[in-house]
Amino acid sequence: MDWITTVDHKKIAILYLWAGGLFFGIGGIEALLIRWQLIKPMNDFVDAQTFNELITMHGTTMIFLGVMPIIFALMNAVIPLQIGARDVAFPFLNALGFWTFLFGGLLLNLSWMMGGAPDAGWTSYTPLSGTAYSGTHGVDFYTIGLQIAGLGTLIGGINFLATIITMRAPGMSFMRMPMFAWTTFITSAIILFAFPAITVGLVLLTFDRILGANFFVPGGGGSPVLWQHIFWIFGHPEVYILILPAFGIISEVIPTFARKRLFGYSSMVFATILIAFLGFMVWAHHMFTTGLGPVANALFAVSTMLIAVPTGIKIFNWLFTLWGGSVRFATPNLFASGFIPTFTMGGVTGVMLASAPADFQFHDTYFVVAHFHYVIVGGLVMGLFAGLHYWWPKMFGRMLSETLGKWTFWTFITGFHLTFFVQHFLGLMGMQRRVFTYLPNQHFDTLNLVSTIGAGLMGIGTLVFLTNIIVTSKKPPDAGDDPWEDGRTLEWSIPSPPPEYNFKQTPLVRGLDAFWKEKTAGNKGMAPAEPIGSIHMPSATPLPFIMSVGIFIAGLGFMFSRDHFGSALVSFLFNNYIVTGLGLLITFGAMLMRSLYDDHGWHIEPGELEGR
Amino acid sequence: MMRTWQSARRLLPLIAVFGMVLAGCGREDLSVLRPQGPAAESSLGLMKLAISIMIVVLLIVFSIAAYVMIRFRRKPGQNETPEQVEGSFKLEVLWTVIPLILVIVLAVPTVRTVFALGDNHSGDKNAIKVKVTGHQYWWEFEYPDYGIKTAQDLIIPAGKDIAFELTTNDVLHSFWVPSLSGKIDTNPTGATNRFSFSAPKEGVYRGKCAELCGPSHGFMEFKVKAVSNDEFNQWIEAQKAPAVLPEDPALAKTFKEQCLKCHAVGDQGLSVGPNLTGIGSRQSVAGILLNDDTRQDGAPVEENLKTWLHDTQGVKPGNRMPDPSKDMGLTGDEIDRIAEYLAGYKLN
Repeated sequence: MDWITTVDHKKIAILYLWAGGLFFGIGGIEALLIRWQLIKPMNDFVDAQTFNELITMHGTTMIFLGVMPIIFALMNAVIPLQIGARDVAFPFLNALGFWTFLFGGLLLNLSWMMGGAPDAGWTSYTPLSGTAYSGTHGVDFYTIGLQIAGLGTLIGGINFLATIITMRAPGMSFMRMPMFAWTTFITSAIILFAFPAITVGLVLLTFDRILGANFFVPGGGGSPVLWQHIFWIFGHPEVYILILPAFGIISEVIPTFARKRLFGYSSMVFATILIAFLGFMVWAHHMFTTGLGPVANALFAVSTMLIAVPTGIKIFNWLFTLWGGSVRFATPNLFASGFIPTFTMGGVTGVMLASAPADFQFHDTYFVVAHFHYVIVGGLVMGLFAGLHYWWPKMFGRMLSETLGKWTFWTFITGFHLTFFVQHFLGLMGMQRRVFTYLPNQHFDTLNLVSTIGAGLMGIGTLVFLTNIIVTSKKPPDAGDDPWEDGRTLEWSIPSPPPEYNFKQTPLVRGLDAFWKEKTAGNKGMAPAEPIGSIHMPSATPLPFIMSVGIFIAGLGFMFSRDHFGSALVSFLFNNYIVTGLGLLITFGAMLMRSLYDDHGWHIEPGELEGR
Repeated sequence: MMRTWQSARRLLPLIAVFGMVLAGCGREDLSVLRPQGPAAESSLGLMKLAISIMIVVLLIVFSIAAYVMIRFRRKPGQNETPEQVEGSFKLEVLWTVIPLILVIVLAVPTVRTVFALGDNHSGDKNAIKVKVTGHQYWWEFEYPDYGIKTAQDLIIPAGKDIAFELTTNDVLHSFWVPSLSGKIDTNPTGATNRFSFSAPKEGVYRGKCAELCGPSHGFMEFKVKAVSNDEFNQWIEAQKAPAVLPEDPALAKTFKEQCLKCHAVGDQGLSVGPNLTGIGSRQSVAGILLNDDTRQDGAPVEENLKTWLHDTQGVKPGNRMPDPSKDMGLTGDEIDRIAEYLAGYKLN
């Protein structure tokens, strides 16, 4: 019950982590099934339809329900602490964001049990995703599930923007903010601008499918290419929503374990901003083969290549942070160090893909599959592993086992390169992506076998991580305030796990790497910016949960509004939008309660603070 | 200076091996890395340039990474705090400018090639015009200048530019013959795409659909057969010739009533499904059952036709052809004899 009503950012972080981990596991199992099907030519382990459902759900689940929530988990756990705040700007909204994400994700995954998962690819290109060619409710689960989950992301993004703008501790100017706070800030800004595009796209596609509109139906005057533009205007920035937080994590981990401040901090900040800006200009590089014409292709090719410049700045700054440092290879830093070369490999293939005439050959082949897995798994997932190992003691008060951590790293990274490196060659040898099987004698067999073996190894790496979590959770808390001993930022100046009010007194920030600065000046902790006083806390409330349940019911009701059921009563309830109405009533009812009853929260008094 | 040269020379074998691997990668009729036509060659030229630049970048990053990770590893007992370096304006400018130069080196030929490949030959009188229409899960090729249609095997004269006009009849597909050219999507009419390529050498090249188009997307394959000019003209004439129907009148009647409701042969039938004229001399049945009398890569055409007609959904899941026995009421014997007839329907 405590978990359902909580509005504490640290607990919501843990909720995000478990829910994201669950979906990550589901997406991982889907990946393994896909690889098992492709282990040999003409395999019939799963049928063609199921395979298309697996690839669609693998992509959708991993991006929207796997890695994004884990990113949000780390942001929630760390950002208020890093900027010296007691919570996020809107704790109630924070909880609402989590619950809408969870119920959106659950709705999407219910499709496996309710007559067919979405099968038109995670990009859901029309007309394949229209009712004429995708007759099950699969794509409805996609549009409505993602719509609800996307609501959560948008809420979360706005919340972090407000938090970072308004709640930084005294003295923490923007140019003194830790890199992870910076990337969170920029990421949230991208969310703010990119998610409305997918929201509109999903609404239009829902209208096409459920209300019989013709936005994307060629026969009715609609345009399938329009969907591609809308999708990628969101979809390309989405890539940066995913990778920028990883950049932030790496920028925290490397200085800590090199015992050196980040090289070229201000150029890192501007590189981040530039990447975000350019990220919005390049969506059509996903559409070089759509037939946009040479002018558009040339413009989008060149603008895409430009992103290599700020990204290169980042790579070299990280390398020169290590240069001259005293580098300790604890597990978080193993992942961070593995990230640099691996991500660079994903980056350079990105530049290759940007060259439009070459992309005519790369596009929709395994070369692309290899490229984006190098970026998303080799980059982001490695970054997340680094971040999770790094902040685990802060979140849970326990150190993860270093031995198991090293096993996780070596099995995962070996498996990763085994899986995806060979896929570059598969693509160049003529294997298109999203094929449920392939004919023999095309020189595809051996490389596919290697790839599947690698995937198995990655699976083992993930299981070792899971074991690590379980083993660790059974041990008594052992993490000190500053368990890596070289913590540089504010979160390491308070106990692990932090008390619910985070900072007894808001700290005074005197420079970049505030905590490190105090430590090197010989101070034990941060200087307070205020006297000890009564701390205001928000009240726990079940309303966010109830609102999300309402939206979930409304979504289901709308989706099945045109179906005929065995029972006349059930048909009546769905066909007259009664179920939809009921769901909306629950949501709006909860909103009304929230508006009518003023909840002023509660206070922790100075006496209690001393008592702890 | 000596040192740099030595390390560069050590890397040479690596680059050489990499080059050989690239050159030997895949089948000649399929691999992007073994181009058989000018369009694919210009793509590969850019790819080679990009790969070379990228390998240099990777080597630099990898060497610096390896160096710092080994050189600056914390040794046991080492506990001093390293100097806190703020950054270096010169260095940061250096690694802004160098990537910028590399990007320009790649961008210039990219833009040039984009416009070169954008030339579509649709107004060229010497080019052979072909209208490509994607269907779930087969390809239709229409030659408007000759008034003929065929399916699955695209016959072209070697050395001539082929001017394509591409659309789809249902969902999006993508037309791709890796060893001859890059791919281009088939959009619905109204967003018709044009492009062109040529195949200087005679031969058969494998083509694929590269855009997810439903369950049998992976099976939506086709062949491009480049033949001599004379052979091409003969083929055109043979395609135009009146239909050859089964000799047995009863079978001919069944064939006409059942199969020609969707398919066409010669001057008879409808072209809703794939045109069957001369199907016996094609490279494959249904795009994926390869015809090979030596049985190395497939089976004889008659056997393939029987496999297909007896189990259309099993061979190509989700395809739109009615099942000959279940939906059309043909007996097993009739199916076999139609297969036999179609296998014998050859154009050369």
